[in-house]
Amino acid sequence: MVNGYMPNTLEDALKIRRENEVVLYAGGTDLMVRKEESIPYLFLNLIPKLQEVTEDKETIYIGAACIYSDLLQNKVIPDILKKSIATIASPAIRNAATIGGNIGNASPAGDTLPVLYALDARLKIRTLDSEKEVNIKDFIIGPKKTILEKDAIIEQIIIPKKRADIPFYYQKVGARKADAISKLSFAGIYQLENGRLTDFACAFGAVGPTVIRATSIEQMLLGKTMEEVRNLIDDVINQYSLVINPIDDQRSTAIYRKKVSLNLLGDFLQVICNAKE
Amino acid sequence: MSDCIHFILNGESVDADVPGTARLLDILREYFKLTGVKCGCGEGECGACAVLINGKLRNSCMVAMGSLEGCSVMTIEGYEKTEKFAVVEKAYGKAGAVQCGFCTPGMIMATEALLSKNPHPTDSEIREGLSGNLCRCTGYNMIVEAVMTAAKEGAGLW
Repeated sequence: MVNGYMPNTLEDALKIRRENEVVLYAGGTDLMVRKEESIPYLFLNLIPKLQEVTEDKETIYIGAACIYSDLLQNKVIPDILKKSIATIASPAIRNAATIGGNIGNASPAGDTLPVLYALDARLKIRTLDSEKEVNIKDFIIGPKKTILEKDAIIEQIIIPKKRADIPFYYQKVGARKADAISKLSFAGIYQLENGRLTDFACAFGAVGPTVIRATSIEQMLLGKTMEEVRNLIDDVINQYSLVINPIDDQRSTAIYRKKVSLNLLGDFLQVICNAKE
Repeated sequence: MSDCIHFILNGESVDADVPGTARLLDILREYFKLTGVKCGCGEGECGACAVLINGKLRNSCMVAMGSLEGCSVMTIEGYEKTEKFAVVEKAYGKAGAVQCGFCTPGMIMATEALLSKNPHPTDSEIREGLSGNLCRCTGYNMIVEAVMTAAKEGAGLW
């Protein structure tokens, strides 16, 4: 007897999830390192619906089990998300790992997460008899901790196009190019209209228990002219230095993480000040 | 739950009565006795266990058997029967790209995955294509040269 469930539809998967103690398996690239073999796996990789990318006029819908290497080839996927995906691990891992897995795994160093926070991504969460949408920042509540209920599955990642089609900035800092877990990462987006900053968001990865985004600081910059933004740079960096509280671990130190994160923020703000509409 | 996992292994249809949570790497080595697949790190960092699944490069240490239902798996043992392998083998030999040999099966599967997608890769595209495969002997330059040579000598095969 095979200790695993291999459904072909989301409905079957939700039924199995409700009736059994299972571990969700999407791409397996985090799970198989932990090798938790005592509980049967519920394989999500054979469900076509979870690997679809669709769009309408204002929104992009990404199936939670979409594989990174497929997303890199898909013209609907925002460039900032592709840029973060391209820095993840190696070709073999990008051929297996999924975007929903990166979210469900909820590592503070998950490389798509700062991008999804900056884009205001929402998640469609399904159970057998319910569905709801949650903002990603409310879904992840700590390292490896989410609010996903025991009978629920992430069905889609929902991205507003308003955020996806504007200029962006993304940097990941790791020990080497391939197979490196982030020491820190930074994602930012902005929009200029008639000489003013009409949209601005940024998020910091691997410098706190969850990705850090501070909308109250972002508000300081909205509606400002480039000259006003330039004058606010030091103030904004100081504000963010109060909310970024990284830790020392085997990959990096708190002091390095904080310094480099704020440097990247400063660089991003300079890019905005020097940008042409 | 089903009784068996059905998939294609090196071109042959197989049924494996194994746990769905078992690693493909262990099943290949111990159940099917395909020991060309190596376990280096066991966590997806070294590429010594690389195989092709539906033509795509994967680390078999990170694949649970249950995910393979209906898939096609190719290991170095299947690949070595192909005309493309003969070209890659010769190129690796000529460039001195095989020293201790532990990484070689994975490197060759990564070479095939790269060339099947990009028959004329540049130096940096080769390094990117092999970036998930570690070699502690060659310093990589000889392997890059081998892939370059294979692409040239095998022109038209990929």
